[in-house]
Amino acid sequence: MTRDELRILIDAELSNIAPEADPTALADTADLRGELDIDSIGFLDLITALHASTGVDIPDIDAARLTTRAMLLDYLAARAS
Amino acid sequence: MGIFRMPSLGADMEAGTLVEWLKQPGDALKSGDIIAVVETQKGAIEVEVFEAGVLDRFLVQPGATVPVGEAMAEIRGDGEALQPRPAVTASEAVRPPAPSPIASVARPPAGIVVASPAARRLAADQGLDLAAITGSGPDGAVLFTDVEAVLKHPPKPKPIEKPPVAKGQVVRPITGIDPLAMRAAIGTAMARAKREIPHYYLAHSVEIGIATDWLARANATRQPAERLLAAALFIKALALALRKLPEFNGFFRDGAFIPAERIHVGVAIALRGGGLIAPAIHDTDTLALDDIMARLRDLVSRVRAGRFRSSELSDPSITLTSLGERGVDLVMPVIYPPQVTIVGLGTPRLRPWVIDGQVTARQVIDASLAADHRVSDGHRGALLLASWAEFMQRPEAL
Repeated sequence: MTRDELRILIDAELSNIAPEADPTALADTADLRGELDIDSIGFLDLITALHASTGVDIPDIDAARLTTRAMLLDYLAARAS
Repeated sequence: MGIFRMPSLGADMEAGTLVEWLKQPGDALKSGDIIAVVETQKGAIEVEVFEAGVLDRFLVQPGATVPVGEAMAEIRGDGEALQPRPAVTASEAVRPPAPSPIASVARPPAGIVVASPAARRLAADQGLDLAAITGSGPDGAVLFTDVEAVLKHPPKPKPIEKPPVAKGQVVRPITGIDPLAMRAAIGTAMARAKREIPHYYLAHSVEIGIATDWLARANATRQPAERLLAAALFIKALALALRKLPEFNGFFRDGAFIPAERIHVGVAIALRGGGLIAPAIHDTDTLALDDIMARLRDLVSRVRAGRFRSSELSDPSITLTSLGERGVDLVMPVIYPPQVTIVGLGTPRLRPWVIDGQVTARQVIDASLAADHRVSDGHRGALLLASWAEFMQRPEAL
């Protein structure tokens, strides 16, 4: 998966969790949970969906540190086949 | 012969509008089947049937507003013969609900069209402008039937064109929740709580480091879909604490407390557009943590989509409101009538905590409780919070 494909995937999943927001308007370095008002279950849903669609293992201890789109992109791009 | 009636989906509900039947005459029914979708102030609710048999005939048609308790369909018991009988028209079976003096407190500001969710959906599907439709509901609200009437007899033959969608713009799905109606419903229920229920309040700081450490260990080896959140532990600990203190689990009706036979913890879930809803997790005390977590995730996803089941809304026997990880320290919650207790949990934080005379950093959460003084006293309320705190120290037993 390319970085651009991952970006589209991440934004689509963010749209599912925060249907009224426009994730594409968000800076790569913005705090996703704060900016989009995503609660613990919403964030877990995001990680679950990204794990399912990329096959990348995202241990809980890592997931807690992936607070921005840039961090998610770096993490997934380094591990996605 | 059984009768399927409009259920009460909360203390504030007087009537609901039938959106659609999901079963047809002749269909076999078992307890728990979803028979219809009913529109209320809380959005479109999937209504379950709690009787086995065969759906015989409908007494009301989609679009009809049906008072709580009124017959909607007849259900034939197994083996009972089908009997011919004259058809009942919707107007015979249904009478309009009595107007509520409180329902009008949340009058919308001028310039906003008040319309039921089903009316909004129908109007959007048909490309009609709601503002151009005369509403027959409370405060002139546009109802499903008003939109239908316009479709049958359009005053102007020219349909209003939908605004063009700019390239790249995402079209949002319409959910079944009308924010103004939801606000009015919350206002009605909370005004009644503040007017009728003599609340008392307690708060207790609880160290939950053992539970959060246990959770981190449990999640380390789990894939995301199987992971647990602290909320599942909070909910289970409350359900177990209630077993010993039944006077906090039940309803105050007609001047007396009626204990609930089962423990259905209602979990307050904030809606993204504002408002909240507290559907029940049934028989919470008997469920494993994994089951509670699965139910929680299912509830939250359906809250996002605006679809709930009638039993989840009608029968929580207590409510838990948890502020989550990005909230504030302490919540002073308001009881949802006719329940008699609501437990609140603030945001857990690392705080200075004294153990064996030494100050150390520990995960601490502020638990609070509001309960009905007509039913219980502060001493017993304190026992409930203390019992919850005790269960949180033994997460492996939850």
